Amino acid sequence: MRQLLEGMSAKVSRLLMLLIMLFVGVATYQPLHASTDYEDVIEAEESLVDTALPADQTEEFSNALAQLASASFSKKEDLTSELVAKRFPGSRGVLVALLENQLYADKSSGKVLILSEQDGEKTYHDAISGELIADGGSDKKRITTNNSLRKKLRGDIAIFDLHSEDRNVRLGAVQQLRDVVDQSVATMLMKQQSIEKDDDVIEEIRVTLAIFDLGSEDSEARLAAVEALDGELGNDVFNQISALLHSEEDKEVIKAAQATIKRIEGKRDFYSLLETAFFGLSFGSVLVLAAIGLAITFGVMGVINMAHGELIMLGAYTTFVMQQLLPDHIGLSIILSIPAAFLVSGLVGIGIERGVVRFLYGRPLETLLATFGVSLILQQLVRTIFSPLNRSVQTPEMMSGLLRFNEVFAVTYNRLYILIFTFIVFAGLWLILNKTSLGLKVRAVSQNRQMARAMGVRTARVDALTFGLGSGVAGIAGVALSQLTNVGPNLGQAYIIDSFMVVVFGGVGNLWGTLVGGMTLGVATKFLEPHVGAVVAKIIMLVFIILFIQRRKQGLFPQKGRAASGA
Amino acid sequence: MTLQDHSAISRVMRSDRGIKWFVGLLLAAAVLLPLGHLLFPPESSLHVSTYTLGLVGKYMTYALLAVSIDLIWGYCGILSLGHTAFFALGGYAMGMYLMRQIGTRGVYGDPLLPDFMVFLNWDSLPWYWHGFDMFWFAAVMVVLAPGLLALVFGWFAFQSRVVGVYFSIITQALTFALLLAFFRNEMGFGGNNGLTDFKELLGFDLQASSTRVGLYVTSALALLAGVLVCRWIVASRFGRIIAAIRDSESRTRFIGYRVEHYKLWLFCFSAMLAGIAGALYVPQVGIINPGEFAPINSIEAVVWVAVGGRGTLYGAVVGAILVNYAKSYFTMAWPEAWLYALGVLFVLVTLFLPKGVLGLLQRFKRAES
Repeated sequence: MRQLLEGMSAKVSRLLMLLIMLFVGVATYQPLHASTDYEDVIEAEESLVDTALPADQTEEFSNALAQLASASFSKKEDLTSELVAKRFPGSRGVLVALLENQLYADKSSGKVLILSEQDGEKTYHDAISGELIADGGSDKKRITTNNSLRKKLRGDIAIFDLHSEDRNVRLGAVQQLRDVVDQSVATMLMKQQSIEKDDDVIEEIRVTLAIFDLGSEDSEARLAAVEALDGELGNDVFNQISALLHSEEDKEVIKAAQATIKRIEGKRDFYSLLETAFFGLSFGSVLVLAAIGLAITFGVMGVINMAHGELIMLGAYTTFVMQQLLPDHIGLSIILSIPAAFLVSGLVGIGIERGVVRFLYGRPLETLLATFGVSLILQQLVRTIFSPLNRSVQTPEMMSGLLRFNEVFAVTYNRLYILIFTFIVFAGLWLILNKTSLGLKVRAVSQNRQMARAMGVRTARVDALTFGLGSGVAGIAGVALSQLTNVGPNLGQAYIIDSFMVVVFGGVGNLWGTLVGGMTLGVATKFLEPHVGAVVAKIIMLVFIILFIQRRKQGLFPQKGRAASGA
Repeated sequence: MTLQDHSAISRVMRSDRGIKWFVGLLLAAAVLLPLGHLLFPPESSLHVSTYTLGLVGKYMTYALLAVSIDLIWGYCGILSLGHTAFFALGGYAMGMYLMRQIGTRGVYGDPLLPDFMVFLNWDSLPWYWHGFDMFWFAAVMVVLAPGLLALVFGWFAFQSRVVGVYFSIITQALTFALLLAFFRNEMGFGGNNGLTDFKELLGFDLQASSTRVGLYVTSALALLAGVLVCRWIVASRFGRIIAAIRDSESRTRFIGYRVEHYKLWLFCFSAMLAGIAGALYVPQVGIINPGEFAPINSIEAVVWVAVGGRGTLYGAVVGAILVNYAKSYFTMAWPEAWLYALGVLFVLVTLFLPKGVLGLLQRFKRAES
């Protein structure tokens, strides 16, 4: 028997390894994050001021800066334009500082200072020479800005960034310029377009120029612009064309614009449908993950394990502990958490089976109560060890961020990975149940315990291992859930009713039923939510399942044959 | 009805010595505690404080809930994990009456609308709040609302022969759905905060100690009546069929009984009893909120029955009082330990005391004789 057991566990562990390797493969694939965030662009520019300047330019530069301190807002706009036009090496630094409210003028010395803050410590540098001025002088005053000036400043800085080496900076610059595009900017963009090598930047420039052309005097140019914008989904394009519709008089342009708007709206509707479907699948995958362990303990073994939710919670806490142990390797800790959580929850599960459940086989209602007691103990244990407060589990970098398909459709990486992970776990479990000797014995015992025992199957051991397997899978679900929700003592309670609903809805004793049932419930809930709100959607789903069980007690995929009548 | 019928009472009492003990003890508690409160001055060691009266009164209503669960679980094998839904519905019906009694004494002083509706800028009373200014109407709703829900739910469930664990799980889903629904402000039941700040019941000030005594005595008598009526039901012909269904549902059906009808009526009656318990509970604790619907409360109530010993009725009372006394003690003296204690209680009782504390007592008695 021991040999048999070892053989089985070897197979299980081999499958587990396979599972983990698959997950690692998926997790380490890391596409480019297109950073278009403006703040990043500013931070990318490290040196504030370039110091070496010819003497005559320095004078011109300092003259302009000196005027900036006392000028009116409209005068400031002219001055900043001068800074852009003359392209002093320090211009960009001054413009960024002005935009971020970090440009100061010292009246007594007549100097203009740039404030930089590091770890709460303030330092001031001369805007022209770059020289450090300890306290920034006694009589300094911030140079103020207003909304329209700030808008202009963003455009001004973008003009500098347009020639950056970094494609992401250029991309961000073009997007920034879209708001302030005028004839001079358009000329500049056209020049950049002719030398630009990056396709994304070329495309951004093309759209920006087309938006500029929408305001052209020439109706032919407007028409061409509308046609050039066909197929773009962004908000700015949509708003600009809508605005054009109000002012436009040329019939052909109106017709083209209306057609374009309609197409944009059609595509947007399509993508929002796609987005809802993805949210639904994502929610469904969470339900399936939470329920699939239960599909084994409840579905295959017929044990009502009310502590199932707490086994999920233990998996989530295992992730937390792993992160505490490996604070510098968040990604690795998540991957290691998967087998660790499987072991922790699996062993606790075997403990529950050996200690409580096995005395209560054939008495489902008593099992329910006893395992509920276990769930209370586990919850309180976690409160005692980890405090009743929620613990935060960090998301590794590879799982944060958005996978952006276009302007209106993006999916978050963590949800995407969890969706994929769910399918991997499902496939792994299916293989264990259908292709291993453990699986064969599990099915044999669940179909006919006496006969299985007569054939030499140690039913007690199979019971313990099956229960451990279902519990371990619950632990794995906890690892995934720790990436989506707070890790706290009540984590399990939130999922226990949902899990039972999914298993009962899908059909007891059927893994496929759990998968299809969970996904169906997830998608249906997410499609209902925009219309009735989250809470009512949930109530509707609960009532639906209650009614569904009345109609089809065996769930979506009823068990066939002799096993069905025994249940 | 049965209280007047002497022969019925004697029939109920005859079969079991335990029930005589129980009735005696309960009557004694119903009389002695209020006497202790009224006769002895607060300094005396025999004085029973208003707090104790309220606490024991609360236990009595819990015990009535436990009796209603024992009636269907112990005698018919139906394990409802959503029975506090009926308890809470009865409580809400009473709460709505108490809310309407506040009148102009609310924070906003609106003669018609309860405070939370004024707060939500509602300009008229929702239709389902009408009539709750009359006590008789509220009293009818206390039994009608849970009864109707049980009728509809039970009719669907029993007709399609949802049994055992499946029934337990969908009752849990039912109470969970109600919990979510009552949390919504739009439902018009005070949302998260529920109904509270009650002033008076039938013109009696709820803070006055005489009212507390009255509520306590009413709860005790309701519990007594509840146990006796249940006893009468299970001792009747109807009750024997119920027990037959518990022991072998299919066989009872084959003999020719409409099993669904028996189960449905028993379930409805049990729900009404739970509703009455909830209605008595609310004025004593002074609040009803959606938390009462939480599935864990229902499961806890089932454990009271299991601890006391199911299938005896008074066992449920013993269990409810024991567990709740322990809960009051632990949450005061050692709050972290309560959930451990409750969890261990669940496990130990199901593993080692399948007949509860009463079963244990009987075993000792048998060992002695």
